[in-house]
Amino acid sequence: MNTRALETADQPERLRRVVIEPLSRVEGHGKVTLLLDEDDHVRQARLHIVEFRAFEKFIQGRPYWEVPVMVQRLCGICPVSHHLAACKALDQVVGATQLTPTAEKIRRLMHYGQILQSHALHFFHLSSPDLLFGFDSDLSRRNIVGIAARYPEIARQGVLLRKYGQEVIRHTAGKRIHGTGSVPGGVNKSLAREERDALLAGIYQVIAWSRDAVRLVQRLFEENLETYRTFASFPAHTLSLVRADGAMDLYHGGLRARDATGKTLFDHADYDRYWEQISEEVKAWSYMKFPFLCALGPEEGWYRVGPLTRVTRCDFIPTPLADRERREFLAFDEGRAAASTLGFHWARMIEMLHAAEAIKDLLHDADLLGSDLMAGGQRQARGVGVIEAPRGTLIHHYRVDEDDLVVRANLIVSTTHNNQAMNLAIREVARKYLDGRRLTEGLLNHIEVAIRAFDPCLSCATHAMGKMPLAVELLDAEGVQVDRLVRG
Amino acid sequence: MTTGAAKLRVATTSLAGCFGCHMSLLDIDERLFALLERIEFDRSPLTDIKRCGPCDIGIVEGGICNAENVHVLREFRANCRILVAIGACAVNGGLPAQRNHIDLGLCLQEVYLTEPSVAKGMIPSDPELPLPLDNVHPLQEVVKVDYFIPGCPPSADAIWKFLTDLIEGRTPKLGFGLIQYD
Repeated sequence: MNTRALETADQPERLRRVVIEPLSRVEGHGKVTLLLDEDDHVRQARLHIVEFRAFEKFIQGRPYWEVPVMVQRLCGICPVSHHLAACKALDQVVGATQLTPTAEKIRRLMHYGQILQSHALHFFHLSSPDLLFGFDSDLSRRNIVGIAARYPEIARQGVLLRKYGQEVIRHTAGKRIHGTGSVPGGVNKSLAREERDALLAGIYQVIAWSRDAVRLVQRLFEENLETYRTFASFPAHTLSLVRADGAMDLYHGGLRARDATGKTLFDHADYDRYWEQISEEVKAWSYMKFPFLCALGPEEGWYRVGPLTRVTRCDFIPTPLADRERREFLAFDEGRAAASTLGFHWARMIEMLHAAEAIKDLLHDADLLGSDLMAGGQRQARGVGVIEAPRGTLIHHYRVDEDDLVVRANLIVSTTHNNQAMNLAIREVARKYLDGRRLTEGLLNHIEVAIRAFDPCLSCATHAMGKMPLAVELLDAEGVQVDRLVRG
Repeated sequence: MTTGAAKLRVATTSLAGCFGCHMSLLDIDERLFALLERIEFDRSPLTDIKRCGPCDIGIVEGGICNAENVHVLREFRANCRILVAIGACAVNGGLPAQRNHIDLGLCLQEVYLTEPSVAKGMIPSDPELPLPLDNVHPLQEVVKVDYFIPGCPPSADAIWKFLTDLIEGRTPKLGFGLIQYD
């Protein structure tokens, strides 16, 4: 497909602007602008990320051991991802090339808890209203409150699945949001026997509900096949971590990139020099960068990350129930569900089931109760940590000086990898559903349904910083200048 | 909680925050369903209502880092009888305010021109992107705030106690154990 189609219109000043702002039922700050001609044909469609943070700059000069608790404040939905990716990078700095078994398993448990809670939140609290009520259903009930009223049992299971994942995080990280459990070189606590037993008591119900959630998405596909198999869909290159044996591994592995047909572009690549595989382009109209595979260049090299990529591009899932669901997903509708954008939801629920199974296996491992928590070794000046966060591949890269202060940092967050893919998804929807029609709220929600499938974390994606040419003054209620904005 | 009274209308938003305070609100877990007996949501990341209408309570997470944040905050203040600043960023700027001592231009160069993975560097500039402020501000520097709940994020129990007090018509009070700053 033409990746530049509908990105930039000729003579935009002569077109009518329609804006969807703020994007809702997604995490973070974004908006979509559409430019239409006098016949209501869509000439331009863009997803803009409108906020900036500058985390990469202001952690410079901070002691490295502060970094795992600072950077997780990029995102309150997936703080564990940043917490762990930073620790994996800083493990290199403190020379902990091999963690103790207890430390690695506690971190994995924390991470699977995070996958579970984030996927449950995204599906039940944010996206399920579109799928259960319809894309253009009544706005007033198209939310978790409406789900609780119409499908109370589904809402209850969603809330309790998320709760369980949050409790796993609390027991491993110290608190549910922005905990402190992982540190460079290991972890600062293991599980007490009572904590382990408390989590074990709930896990079998969580596995059963996760299976039900996979089935629910499958049923939605069966009932809406014509729409779901093509909605916002297009072929894409993919990028994900895989284990050495090709298994799905959300905590550690090598980079695997494939093209849309499944042909391998590179495999088991060491992420320590990730910039040799991927690069980033900047566009004037978004604070979020556009990554691409170096070998293919910015035009052709964009790719997709996240649950749909991981489930369809791993060789197998190393837990039995989730792997059975993976095979069913791949075979469904002659593979079309696995190639569709709404297939993200199905893949996400398969991963939730995998996380639940992985938690169960870990809870039966005595290493979780161990006391050997920290490793160390030869001090290094730099480190790269990569993890598969709920939303996709997350890269943290730090350089630390002799005084233990951070001198450079580079973060490529999951949602950023999907920037071009999300833009293509909204353009596909604009072409198919909006072009030439009078735009209603329900039609515009189709755009957001496409974006939600990717589960973007726009807070994560706004850690960078930008500027524009203009000057504006911010005045308080008395007219006193509080701040001044300057454009370049 | 007693039931039967008219529902209070509640709007929520996250400005320069991380959504962690919203997640902590959801961490009331099953109590959410009891809460929904007493409140209804207006504009919120949980609904598709894009503009804040007249509300009893407005809950704002995050500080002020750009022109759009100012606009949304004023919309909330104009429409909400009670405005609540929730979490470290809304109360004092929080972690994003760490950039306040750094020159904007240096940040731009760092992120968009010199990072190792950037291929074709340029600094984003487009009328659709809201103007960033030189500094990140807490809410009370721009509008009057009625209540402040500290914490990064405040615990679910603190949020629950605060809301139930307010709904029952009591002056909200968070005692020892519910006020926390980490």
